[in-house]
Amino acid sequence: MSDTEVSPRALKVSRGTSDKVFRGFVLAGASFSVAVLGLICAFLLFRGFEIFKDFGFSFFTSSRWEAAADDGSSPAHYGVAAMLVGSIVVATIAVVLAVPFAMSVALYLEYYAPQKLKRLLVSLLDLVASIPSVIWGIWGYTILMPHAMGWSKTLNSWLGWIPLFKVPVPIFERSPFIAGTLLAMMILPIITAVTREVYSQAPRDQIDAAYGLGSTKWGAIKTVVLPFGKSGLVGGTMLGLGRALGETIAVYLVLNLVFKVNFHILASVGGNVASMIASRFGEAGPYELKALMAAGLVLFLLTLTVNFMASAIVNRSKKAA
Amino acid sequence: MTVFTTPTSELVIPDPRTPWRNPRKALVSNATTAGFSVVIAILLYTLTGLDGLLGWYASFILGLLVVVAVQSVLQKSKHFTDRIASIMVTVGFASVLIPWISLITTVIQRGRHAIYVGFFTHDMLVNSMDEPLNMGGISHAIVGTLIIVGISTLIAAPLGIIAAIYIVEINGKAARTVRFLTQAMSGVPSIVAGLFIYSTVVITITHKNNALAGALALSVLMLPTVARTSEEVLKVVPRDIRDSSYALGATQLRTTFKVVLPTVRSGLITATILGIARVAGETAPLLLTSQYFVKMNTSIFTSPMASLPTYVFGALRTGTELSLARAWGGSFVLISIVVLLSVTARLLSGRSTGRK
Repeated sequence: MSDTEVSPRALKVSRGTSDKVFRGFVLAGASFSVAVLGLICAFLLFRGFEIFKDFGFSFFTSSRWEAAADDGSSPAHYGVAAMLVGSIVVATIAVVLAVPFAMSVALYLEYYAPQKLKRLLVSLLDLVASIPSVIWGIWGYTILMPHAMGWSKTLNSWLGWIPLFKVPVPIFERSPFIAGTLLAMMILPIITAVTREVYSQAPRDQIDAAYGLGSTKWGAIKTVVLPFGKSGLVGGTMLGLGRALGETIAVYLVLNLVFKVNFHILASVGGNVASMIASRFGEAGPYELKALMAAGLVLFLLTLTVNFMASAIVNRSKKAA
Repeated sequence: MTVFTTPTSELVIPDPRTPWRNPRKALVSNATTAGFSVVIAILLYTLTGLDGLLGWYASFILGLLVVVAVQSVLQKSKHFTDRIASIMVTVGFASVLIPWISLITTVIQRGRHAIYVGFFTHDMLVNSMDEPLNMGGISHAIVGTLIIVGISTLIAAPLGIIAAIYIVEINGKAARTVRFLTQAMSGVPSIVAGLFIYSTVVITITHKNNALAGALALSVLMLPTVARTSEEVLKVVPRDIRDSSYALGATQLRTTFKVVLPTVRSGLITATILGIARVAGETAPLLLTSQYFVKMNTSIFTSPMASLPTYVFGALRTGTELSLARAWGGSFVLISIVVLLSVTARLLSGRSTGRK
């Protein structure tokens, strides 16, 4: 046998003018769309640069958000620490509440629901995913909040000795807990959608093998489906986290905006960057507007990071399937 | 050398199981579990401060958990774990349905009071939000939403489809990057899209809030949805028909426009409709860009424009009982539009490409 390896000849593609133009045009269009991400970053930085220059690092560590006094007695001061903390607190509550339910919905739809019901429920899930956030907000404010205040009181009376559930002033309205609960309901469809897709790709032969070895349904799910879908679950959760961090109107309606770092999740003190921007925007002067742009940039970079990680994880889990 | 010993004491041959069927024995045992749970639920309900239907539900679930925990300690078998798991999964699923059902029924129940014929033909020029519900309407908001969403569709749908064509048809060097970035773009918070358009279009070019700015902000949010769905649709087209087209000497341009795109026409329409449904209810970016206006208005450059989400938001912030009723009425119309769009998209996609 000879050592000569036979490899295919490299094909030389020569394209006509029309194709070159077409490909160039499509590339330009696609690049333009993607460039929007860069443009967002550039413009917000451009508008908010003065704020970063004026306040430096204290923009991230201070939680004071005050316009300059009219008589000039005190200068303006802007810092997003409280809002950043608030965003993360609310989003964390949302994710913690949503993930177990999202998992059980995904498992139910893939492995427990009757086939006929499944199609209906999947469409229902898609419908719920498209409910506008302002409607979640109005529902959360009028229907959920009275209930959630009751839960808050119960939580507080039993677990009030834990600092997390302590309430300095006994007002339970518009707390991070309520906002987090509402957000959990809002992000559940997206977490479920991603998780369910990955769960549905779990190798059928391995599941059958588990059954063949005498495993129960839960045994098969625990040993095959859950390990297989782990990165899908993580990716979906990160996507949900990204959504929760950037949610504006619903949070605006059910969370009391106070510029103070607060970890007592049942107290009526909180805020997040997005809803702060929405609520200050109307009455902001030129300088405060710049501060809002800077806060928007911070929010943008935060959610972008979370989303980059999410899509990297989801893509990897899809490739593994 | 290992010596294999057979268990001599007792050889247990288990009954053949039928995991796909719910055996009668499990039914009886399920009933026992449910019975005990109800007893504990009644105790919990009377002892703790839980109230209402939701309180009953919560105490039943708590009771169920307690009973199941006790049973699992008494009876350690994998079949038991299996039953616990299926109970937990089903309970988790059922609990999720509660807010959904509540939201939909509330919107219908409360929204219907605000709706009368004039609700669709009047605007709010001469009426204020807290006037009786038989005056004024949302025609201006409906028209505004149609205009704003229409323009943003004209911008985002072609761009999104072009991005998908680049990823699937051209599959150039940057295809993976474009795909990754469009994915990341779908996570841009809506308020940031609004801020971006405000800082570029409104401050620099038009100097006032207008519908065009709103449309641009929405198209930023719409583009990734269209791009991603179109990509999925284009991927379904079999390679063979592209190759046949090339073999007949067609250029890539002709192959794309005469062969690939016509095949997936309804899929692309679906992608566009999904994009519209994604943005039709967006409030935050519109508050910053097109804002709200009380009058029916078709000029997209010179003045703010009403839209359904901003109408709902405005009515909600007015805060009186009547304005709240108006907000529910607006929500009802908005949710109907979004649901109608989603259902249309789903029906279309089910018919065309046979996607799951």
